[in-house]
Amino acid sequence: MAIDNQTVKRVASLAHLKIEDDKLDATKEEFNKILNWVEQLNEVDTSNVEPMFCVNGGEVPEREDEVTDGNIKEAVLKNAPMQEFGYFAVPKVVE
Amino acid sequence: MTELTQLTISQSLKGLKNKDFTATELTNAYLKKMESGRKYNAYVLEMPDVALKAALQADTHYANGTERALEGIPLGIKDLFCTKDIRSTACSHILDGFVPQYESTVTQNLLEQGAVFLGKLNMDEFAMGGSNETSYFKPAVNPYSTEKPLVPGGSSGGSAAAVAADMCAGATGTDTGGSIRQPAAFCGIVGIKPTYGRCSRWGIMAFASSLDQAGPMTKDVRDAALMLKIMAGYDKKDSTSAKVDVPDFEKVLGQDIKGLKIGLPAEYRPDGLNAEIEAYWDKAAEMLKSRGAEIVPISLPHTKYALPVYYIIAPAEASSNLARYDGIRYGLRVNGEKLDDLYVNTRTEGFGAEVKRRIMIGTYVLSAGYYDAYYLKAQKVRRLIKNDFEEAFKKCDLILTPTSPVSAFEIGDKSMKENPINMYLNDVFTVSVNLAGLPAMSLPIGLDKKGLPLSMQLIGKAFDEETIFKAAYALEKDAGFKRK
Repeated sequence: MAIDNQTVKRVASLAHLKIEDDKLDATKEEFNKILNWVEQLNEVDTSNVEPMFCVNGGEVPEREDEVTDGNIKEAVLKNAPMQEFGYFAVPKVVE
Repeated sequence: MTELTQLTISQSLKGLKNKDFTATELTNAYLKKMESGRKYNAYVLEMPDVALKAALQADTHYANGTERALEGIPLGIKDLFCTKDIRSTACSHILDGFVPQYESTVTQNLLEQGAVFLGKLNMDEFAMGGSNETSYFKPAVNPYSTEKPLVPGGSSGGSAAAVAADMCAGATGTDTGGSIRQPAAFCGIVGIKPTYGRCSRWGIMAFASSLDQAGPMTKDVRDAALMLKIMAGYDKKDSTSAKVDVPDFEKVLGQDIKGLKIGLPAEYRPDGLNAEIEAYWDKAAEMLKSRGAEIVPISLPHTKYALPVYYIIAPAEASSNLARYDGIRYGLRVNGEKLDDLYVNTRTEGFGAEVKRRIMIGTYVLSAGYYDAYYLKAQKVRRLIKNDFEEAFKKCDLILTPTSPVSAFEIGDKSMKENPINMYLNDVFTVSVNLAGLPAMSLPIGLDKKGLPLSMQLIGKAFDEETIFKAAYALEKDAGFKRK
């Protein structure tokens, strides 16, 4: 499944990344090289195989739905590039 | 007396206990070594003040007789671990100036046993790379370099270089597809990726969550046993960490390996395998055999599919994990007119080329219409790879393979720059283990014609690191590898 520049652009936008127009062709080629390579998996018959998402098997353990920490506003905001009135600040969203 | 920095962790502990030297003296010796070894670019952050303060405390503990298991041992910490009040960046521009307000569980475990942290170690950006060249801080350099600078391997390249050049007594690493074992092999040190779930991943910046594991990188097998015991253990903050007891790995060192069945997988001997590596592999098998182990031929038929599976699953998980870096709450922010522009500008400037490449691949294989063809397919083949190991372990207790098909190569290697797949191929012997969640150790076995270390890998059953340690200790003795 070779992909075109349009797809590269769409994927980049899904990933919140920008690819300059003059880099599109190179990115596409590299993308296709990797996709072609991973497509050798099609040789493997997996018709009766269940996918394995995690090696531990079993279910993911659940815990009680309760507050485990809190009241650490200062620590949470400590690394904020910009903050105001105890909140993360961002450019205006609503016109 | 030998230089203090040449001592292993266990030798240093003995010296400290005997009052042959103090923790402050030991730390100062390492700090000096760190300074004189700056050409290796192993540390991206040096912390002499923090280290000396901790060393002073350790000396008090020794004076009071209240010393703990790692009291006063100077360690280097891979920059992927969040360390409280100490800058942690995963060697990415996007985490510029990030100072975590919490300590990762693994580093907390080490601190609670009295370890001294010397600094943060270089690595490939977000652990994505096999040569340390994707680091925002420029690559670390392999201490075995002669004329031209060689890569230390990756992603834990700074850790491997620092241990090899005696710039720390031991280091932490993480391994998603070989990131502990391959750099350990390139720099002639010992590194173990434990069973998935053995160490808590809490506070380690996530790359591919179903594959990532932390582990020790050390001067010898005994030190790895010592460090792993402290790093490991169940942690309620990581739901994938395993509720199993942590054995005293040191106890098995020196035990008889008679009757142990060692599997040699046919698929790890492809046509064109480097002859020197093949010869060392046979020699290692012979060493184990002469101690009474039994060599058994085994087959892992889906081996050739491990890399393509990995390069679907790891980018898929990475694209999801790295979605959090958006310039809002921490790290780099590159402003834009609108909020969306801010996200895009921050991520485009903050991530390096390899990280972007993997985010893109991951986004694609998870996107509507392609999920089944790529992602689901890969997860199915992943099960077959795990089944291969289960079958093999019916016939043997341990699997012996080379760690890497090559020794350290030059920084800026052309073929790997031109085609990323050439770089990916270096992980051919290590990735299967991550996909199956198994423990595996790399240990040096000898030097090649170029004078560069070559290493063997021992793969164990899940949660059976003990058998690895037992055999590795024997192999280490017989190989007699002399560290640089």
